[in-house]
Amino acid sequence: MEFGYSEEQKMLDESIRRFVNSEVPLDRIRELVLEGTGYDEKIWSGLAELGVLGVLIPEEFGGAGMGFLDATIIQESLGYVVAPAPFLGTSIMAPTAILAAGSDDQKNKWLPEISSGNLKVGLGLTEVTGARENAGVSFSGGKANGKAMFVIDGECADGYILAAGKDTLVWVAAGAAGLTKTRLNTVDNTRGVVELVLDGVEAELIGTQGGEAAAVQKTVDAGRTALAADLLGTSQRMLERAVEYAKERKQFNRVIASFQGLKHTCADMAANLEPCRAMVWYAAHCQQEIADEATLLACQVKSHLSEVSTPIANDTTLVHGGMGFTDLMGLHFWFKRIGLSRQLLGSPEAVREEAAVLQGWVAA
Amino acid sequence: MDLSYGKEYDEYREEVRAFIKEHGHKSPDSSKQGNKPDAEDKAWQKLLIERGYAARIIPKEYGGYGGEADLLKSVIIDEEFDEAGVSKGLGGQGISMLVPTLLELGTDEQKEKWIKPTLEGEIFWAQGYSEPGAGSDLASLQTKAHVEDGKFVINGQKIWTSSAHFADMMFILVRTEPDAPKHKGISYLLLPMDTPGIEIRPLVTMTGEATFNEVFFEDVKVPTDQIVANRGEGWMVANATLKHERGMLGDPRQSSSLLHQVVELMKTEDVNGVKLMDSPIFRDRLLKLQGRVMAMQYNSMRLLSNDLSGNVELMPILVVKLIGTHLNQDICGLAIDALGELGVLYDDSKYLRNSGMWQTRYMFMLGLIIGGGTSHIQKNIISEHGLGMPREPKPQKTA
Repeated sequence: MEFGYSEEQKMLDESIRRFVNSEVPLDRIRELVLEGTGYDEKIWSGLAELGVLGVLIPEEFGGAGMGFLDATIIQESLGYVVAPAPFLGTSIMAPTAILAAGSDDQKNKWLPEISSGNLKVGLGLTEVTGARENAGVSFSGGKANGKAMFVIDGECADGYILAAGKDTLVWVAAGAAGLTKTRLNTVDNTRGVVELVLDGVEAELIGTQGGEAAAVQKTVDAGRTALAADLLGTSQRMLERAVEYAKERKQFNRVIASFQGLKHTCADMAANLEPCRAMVWYAAHCQQEIADEATLLACQVKSHLSEVSTPIANDTTLVHGGMGFTDLMGLHFWFKRIGLSRQLLGSPEAVREEAAVLQGWVAA
Repeated sequence: MDLSYGKEYDEYREEVRAFIKEHGHKSPDSSKQGNKPDAEDKAWQKLLIERGYAARIIPKEYGGYGGEADLLKSVIIDEEFDEAGVSKGLGGQGISMLVPTLLELGTDEQKEKWIKPTLEGEIFWAQGYSEPGAGSDLASLQTKAHVEDGKFVINGQKIWTSSAHFADMMFILVRTEPDAPKHKGISYLLLPMDTPGIEIRPLVTMTGEATFNEVFFEDVKVPTDQIVANRGEGWMVANATLKHERGMLGDPRQSSSLLHQVVELMKTEDVNGVKLMDSPIFRDRLLKLQGRVMAMQYNSMRLLSNDLSGNVELMPILVVKLIGTHLNQDICGLAIDALGELGVLYDDSKYLRNSGMWQTRYMFMLGLIIGGGTSHIQKNIISEHGLGMPREPKPQKTA
């Protein structure tokens, strides 16, 4: 019995941490959020050089042929430094969808390009998890129509995978005729989410029309699990910053870390966050190895990490006092990333209700 | 990642299941606690020891099974016995705390004299640690003992002493070296509860039960060889097992079992003709709790994996008591709220649900949040030992 990282995974964790800590400093985040594309060529090519963009892609398609836990190890590190990198859509959700539903031709066409970093993919599944504004995409006769909102990693994408209903997946190329992309400015400018309006856009079916409900679900599960890993990294960094600051800042002739009220706030954050780590590991493991539990774990890990992370975002800011509220500390980038992750692919309440249906606790 | 225990252990699990199937009906009620072991308890305990399901790694010469330490087998026994709802044998602080302490630090004579009858339920122990003025700050305890005519003479008071009203013996911390620093002046003694000079007063708790006592000592005489380790080493002796106690509080298997019972409750009870599970508000509370329980289950899996591989990580251990005890109370709290007025029925009232366990457990859990180091103390430990934050400075002495 071995629950946790293998030796190879520890090495992966170390190398990705080394990379993000040196290549994604706060000053660079400040510049990149002004652009707001959720993408930086230097960071992306660095990840490509590390060979991690094809983490979920089998070696026969030019990928690294690693597993889902490896993918969440990387996503956690990206969350730790609030990295603007379209990894969630491109390297986690897109390969999951293509491997689950795509033809061999499609795998050969897209997966090697994703692995090498040449193809970035936006994912539009929001209408499966929570449609608003009458959004939704329909597909017939090779054309897609409608609207997809909050397309993950959409701003910098070269192509999109969109759900047309709950059981159909289509590919749409960026810049296709009839496609209008509008940036949706969220609080979190480390990631570029967009709205796509489709007016008779040429689209390519991935799998069969009406036959890909399982692939859609698997892609949503993958996205939720990865968002939980991102939240884990983001929250871990916030907690560390709270503790670091408290050990330096002096008031009443003492470091404020010696005040019990503040220590207990930090202890609460740590106590709630620590068990999340094992929960993310297990949820990641299920995505690959335990199909029966994959969806339940994806729902619960996304919901639980969101519930734990939101108070960490607040309390870490609080520990920094007035300075925490300013732009100077840059803490707000983490606060905002948590805010967006909490809502993407379903708010905690929404995903918990899915978990209830799944367990037969309520009718669908 | 490999979550299987392996073939050898799968076979062992089958063995345990077969045992439970054949003998489970002889098990005393597994929720029965807080009483002196009776004939049924002792017979079950004897059978468990013979088969290696209790006192598993305690040497045969001291009345144990004499098995090799095997963490996964112990885990399998716990899992299967809990799942089947059969008793895991005698509990109590004698078995959980004194026996491991004697095995580690007792003399051969002490081991021979005390361990076997303790394991078999013939001797029941009370623990004499806390005092009115020494709770979270246990090392400041003031019950003192001086030596007179080859005997320790004990004077003082203990409190929160579970089982003192029916225990045969007590292991006790007393101050024997008044001039030494507070952690170095304590000794760990063993004494019979019928020694003259001991007065026991039951302490009724909020649940209405008297599971604790106050124990008063007036010139209580104990032979000087009834000491574990040396004079002044009592703090070290006690700490060898206090760690063990903290590990037991907040076990996620208990959370999981409580949650399961709330699920059944909400599926069967209704209000205004609507099943509780069909209330979106109660359902969401249930799901939130499920997420918290899951996190603790996988944390526990991580700890098991660490124990097996010898990997040491402090933080996932430090959080168990704090998070687990509050979680268990919150689960009971949901059951009570979902039942509404029915949830506050108590004792033997008409309409009582689940024998009134939700209120009893809810209050009992608060006791566990307090006992074994309150949540405030847990947070001090997490912030200081886990996060490296400094201790609160000592108050300056006023002239």
